Amino acid sequence: MALDRAAELVHEMQKWHFVALELNLFLDTHPANRRALEDYNNAVRRFHELCEQYEREVGPLMNHGFSESPDEWKWIRGPWPINTGM
Amino acid sequence: MWVYVKQLEYPVRVSRPDLAMAKNIFAQFGGPDSEFSASWRYLTQAWIMPSGVAKAIVIDIGTEELAHLEMVGTMINLLIADATPEEMDRAGLGAHYVEHGRSLFLHDAAGVPWTSNYVQSHDDPVTNLHEDMAAEQKARTTYEHLICKTTDDQVRKTLAWLREREVVHFQRFGEALDRVQEKMAQRLHF
Repeated sequence: MALDRAAELVHEMQKWHFVALELNLFLDTHPANRRALEDYNNAVRRFHELCEQYEREVGPLMNHGFSESPDEWKWIRGPWPINTGM
Repeated sequence: MWVYVKQLEYPVRVSRPDLAMAKNIFAQFGGPDSEFSASWRYLTQAWIMPSGVAKAIVIDIGTEELAHLEMVGTMINLLIADATPEEMDRAGLGAHYVEHGRSLFLHDAAGVPWTSNYVQSHDDPVTNLHEDMAAEQKARTTYEHLICKTTDDQVRKTLAWLREREVVHFQRFGEALDRVQEKMAQRLHF
């Protein structure tokens, strides 16, 4: 698994996750805004697609039953973003 | 429930180790106006908030602050790198090395340990939201001071991003306060 490919996926995931998060906060105080709602759900779909890709090609993103780890227990493997900063 | 995602909210990069800067950045790890204070100030208010808007806002922003705490910790760790005890002494991190080695710990830039005296959680949403707005301003100011203390462009970039988030959070808390006060005003109409 090329590190560049993982880095590229992470970058895209961070972008779409951020869009979703920012719209989430906006919707909390503007719940009737239809445009924001549409954009939020679109960002969620893009983010989830990227997460699925990442998990297929690299490994599980979450623990405690939120991600599968087929074939082997990859959760204990690096790289660890808390150390790499990626 | 809180779930861990093995990904930072935003990248953290440093151009080179910098122990003096690492010491300063502890302000945002375990200081009065740190991401740690922010997360638990907002999250401890969640139970008592009376409306969905106020509850969602403190939970959602409180959770984002945990992601920021993770970024701040990551930045400190990269700035310390594999410093020797002597290098840590020279940078004023000698006591930290004795008590924690190169591990992270919840204290401020002067080494003062974190205390829940830094935060408040009351059963009045108007009180809480003013506390929260003030907290965002304090955090913004602290990030501005930190940005001025370094010439490392990578570090400045991440600090500037974290500063911007404080500005946005302030805006959201202000709107939540408006919503709460509107709702309270409605109840006075017979």
